[in-house]
Amino acid sequence: MSEAVGRDPLGAFREEIGRGTVPQPTAPDLMPTAQALKELEEEQNLFRAARRKGNARVAANPQSEPTPEETMVPKPPLVFQRQLASELKARLRLAIESETGFIERLVWFWSNHFAVSISKGAQTRVSVGSYEREAIRPHVLGRFEDMLLAVEQHPTMLFYLDNQLSVGPNSPAGRNRRRGLNENLAREILELHTLGVNGGYGQDDVVALAKILTGHQIAGLDGRLGEPGTTVFNPGLHEPGPVTLLKTVYPDTGADQARSALRALAHHPSTARHIARKLVVHFLSDRPDAAAVERLESVFRKTGGDLKAVSLALLDLPQAGETEFSKIRLPQEFVVAGFRLCNLQADRLYGVFMQGLRALGQAVWNPGGPDGFPDDAAHWESAEGIKTRLDVAASIARRAQSLDPRLLAEQGLGELAAAETLQSIRAAESRAQGIAILLMSPEFQRR
Amino acid sequence: MTGCSDYLSRRAVLGSAGAMFAWGFAPRFAQAAGGRDTRFLCIVLRGAIDGLSAVAPLGDPAYAGLRGSIALSATGEVPALPLDGFFYLHPALPELHRSFQAKEALICHAVATGYRQRSHFDGQDVLESGQPKPGMTASGWLNRLVAQLPAGSTVRGNSGLAVGTVPPLVLRGPAPIVGWAPPVIGLADDDLAERVLSLYRQRDRRLADVLERGLDVRRTVMESGRAAERMDGNPGTPGGMRTIARGAARLLAAPDGPRVAAMAFEGWDTHANEGGAKGRLAHLLGGLDQALVAIRTELQEHWKDTVVMVVTEFGRTARVNGTVGTDHGTGTIALLVGGCVNGGRVISDWPGLKPGDLHDGRDLKPTLDVRALASGLFADLFGVSRARLGEVVFPETIGLRPVSGLIV
Repeated sequence: MSEAVGRDPLGAFREEIGRGTVPQPTAPDLMPTAQALKELEEEQNLFRAARRKGNARVAANPQSEPTPEETMVPKPPLVFQRQLASELKARLRLAIESETGFIERLVWFWSNHFAVSISKGAQTRVSVGSYEREAIRPHVLGRFEDMLLAVEQHPTMLFYLDNQLSVGPNSPAGRNRRRGLNENLAREILELHTLGVNGGYGQDDVVALAKILTGHQIAGLDGRLGEPGTTVFNPGLHEPGPVTLLKTVYPDTGADQARSALRALAHHPSTARHIARKLVVHFLSDRPDAAAVERLESVFRKTGGDLKAVSLALLDLPQAGETEFSKIRLPQEFVVAGFRLCNLQADRLYGVFMQGLRALGQAVWNPGGPDGFPDDAAHWESAEGIKTRLDVAASIARRAQSLDPRLLAEQGLGELAAAETLQSIRAAESRAQGIAILLMSPEFQRR
Repeated sequence: MTGCSDYLSRRAVLGSAGAMFAWGFAPRFAQAAGGRDTRFLCIVLRGAIDGLSAVAPLGDPAYAGLRGSIALSATGEVPALPLDGFFYLHPALPELHRSFQAKEALICHAVATGYRQRSHFDGQDVLESGQPKPGMTASGWLNRLVAQLPAGSTVRGNSGLAVGTVPPLVLRGPAPIVGWAPPVIGLADDDLAERVLSLYRQRDRRLADVLERGLDVRRTVMESGRAAERMDGNPGTPGGMRTIARGAARLLAAPDGPRVAAMAFEGWDTHANEGGAKGRLAHLLGGLDQALVAIRTELQEHWKDTVVMVVTEFGRTARVNGTVGTDHGTGTIALLVGGCVNGGRVISDWPGLKPGDLHDGRDLKPTLDVRALASGLFADLFGVSRARLGEVVFPETIGLRPVSGLIV
C-alpha cells in the first residue's frame, strides 16, 4: 500500500475510479472464450474418438490390445486445467499489484453478482477467467445495462445456467424433438441479476423471459451457425411470437427480443434498488442504512445505471469513512490483503492462495450456486472460519518472516492500530508470530 | 494446478516441483579419500527454550524453590531422566536420553550468545547472524561457514538446504542454498492461537467467541488423532516438527543432496502455563525428541557422520512467574546430537542458582558462548582455521576460545 493510499484511502479510490480504467489481467497464455471453448471441444473429441475406437475393438475382440490411436490422447494438464490456473494466477497478480485494490474489489463484487461456478463442468473451468475479462471488467465503471447484456449473452453464462439446453416448445426444433424450455437462466436473471427476489415478478414472467432467451446458443465446432465457441442466435430453437414480460409486450424480433427485454430489466426501478442494497451490504454493513441504499438507488436511476457514478456515490456515503467496522473481510479479501501487506509475490503464493481459500470456503470462481458467495458477516464469522484463518495467517506469516511485524503494523494499520494489538505484536516470540497476530488482529480482519 | 508443496530456491532450476530430484543434475564431487562425508543440521528453537526445564539441574539446591509448581523431580509419577547425577533431562525427551546413553548426545548448559537484551527478534538475529550485535542481518554464520570451505568440497558444492518457506537467517548469504518446505496449510500452533484469542478478548468479543469455539472443536479432533497428522507442516507443533525434520533428513541422505541444513522450530516462548513434567513445554519437547529420531532414522548409514546442533536465542527466567510460566532470560542450553558427536557428557561451568549467582538477579548466568561451541565444532568437523572462524564466520570472536574435543 502506497503512502498516499494510507493517508487518504477514499481520495485515492476516487482518483482511481476517476481515471476510469479497469485493468485486465495479463499473461501470455490467456485466450479469448471462443478459442478456449474451441480447444476444449477439440480435446474432448480426441477422447471421444479414442473411446469409440476402443469400444468397437473390444466388441470385436475382447482379447485385443489397444491400438496406438486409442492411447495417444492428450495428457494432463488438459486445456481446462491449464487455462484455469493461468487465469487464477494472472488475476491474483493483478489484485496484489494494483495500486489501491479498490477497482479489483469492485470487479470481484460484480463477478460475484453475476457468478458462474467452475463446478458446473469443463466449459466453465476453461472459460470462467475469460468470461470475467470479457463480460465483467469492461463494464465495471461503465453502464449496468452493457454489463447485463454482455453477461447474459456470454457463452459461459449460457452454459452455466443451461440456456444451451433451452428450446422454444413451438420452435421447429421443439416441435420435432419434443424438447422444451429450461427456465434456469431466466429465473436467475430476474431473481439474482436484476429485480431481486421481491422485485415484483411472477412465474409467468420467468417463463416469458425463458421464451425470449431461447435460441441464444454457443456455436459448435462445425461452425454451421457461426465462429465456434461464440454466442450465436439459432432461430430454429427460438420460441416464435410476441411475449409479455412484466406487462410489456415484446414482439418476436429474433435475437433482438432478448436484448430489448434485458435493457428494460436493467432500467427497472427494482433493479436499481436491488443493486443499491447489495452494494451497501457488501461494502458497508449487513444491516444497511435505508438512507444509504436510497442514495445509491437514486444515483443509479438518475444516471441510467452509470456504475462509475454509483461507485463514487458509494465512497461519498457518510458510512464509507467510518472506522467502526462491523463487517469482516471475506476470505479472498483477507488473503489478498495479507499478501499485499507483506509484499509477497503472487506466483510464489499460488499454492497457499488456492489451498487457503479452499480451506476458508471461498475458492475463487467456485461458489455453491449462481447466487455467488454470501456477503453477510454472520456467514464468514464462524468458529471454523476464524479458526482456519488462524492457520492461513500463520502460513502467510511464515512466508513473510524476513519482515519486521512492528513496521508492517505501522504501514498496514496506521492510526487504526489499537494499543493492545501493537503490544501483542511486539511481545510475539518471532517475526512470523508477530505478523500472524497482525493479520489476525480485529483491525485487519474487520472492515 | 500446481502441487501442494511450496518450494523456494535461489536456483532457477529448482523453481518448480521436482526439487527433490534436482540434485541429480548437479555435478558430483569426489569425496576426499578417507575423509568423512559430513552432515550438519542446525535447528533453531525460536521463542527461547527454557533450558532449566529441558535440562534441569536437580542437583542445585536452589532449583526446586525457584521453579515452584513447574519444577521437575527425579522421583514421582513422571520422573526426570538422569544424566550425570546433577543434571536431569526432561521426561518428554526419552529418545535424546537414549542418545545420551549411547554417547551420541552432548548437552551444554548455561550457554548464550553475546546478546544481553530480551527482544526475540533481535536475539534471533544475533544468534543466526553470528554477529556481535543486532541489526547485522546480511548473512548467517552457516552460510559464511560454507563459503569458507574449498570450492571443490561436497559441502560447498552441493548447496545448503534452507528448510521453510523463507530461508532461516542462519543460512542466508552469498553461498548458494536450496530450499524446501513441507506442504502447508499447516495448523497454527497453540501459542499463536492463545495470543490471538487473548487479543480478541480485549478488543473484539464476537471474534473471541467464535475463535474459542473453533479451537474447542480442533482440540477434540486432535484428541481423536489423524486430522492434525495429515495436514501438519507447521514448525510450532510436534507433528510439524517431525514432518519437517523427516523431509529435510531425506534430502540430506541423498548421495548428491545437500550436506548442511538449517531449520527452525517455533513455539518455545512459554510465558504462561509452561507445565512441568507434563504440559505445554513437554508437548513441544516431545516434538523435538521425535524430530531427532526422524533425522537419525532417515539418515541411516550417514548418521555416523552427522551432527545436529540445537540452539535458541536466549533462556528464560530462573524463577517461575505469576502465570505459571517463565519470562525472557539469558543462559540456556545447546545440544549436539549425532553419530560422530563425542557425547554422553554435560558440558557446563555451572554458575549456580543462588540469588547472587543469577544474571541481573533473575536469569541463569551464561558461562559458555554458543559461538565458542560452534567454532570448536567446525574446526574439528570441517577443518576451518581458527582465524576464519573468529573473523568471518563469527566476527570479533578471535579472542574466544573454541571448545575442543566435540567430535569422535
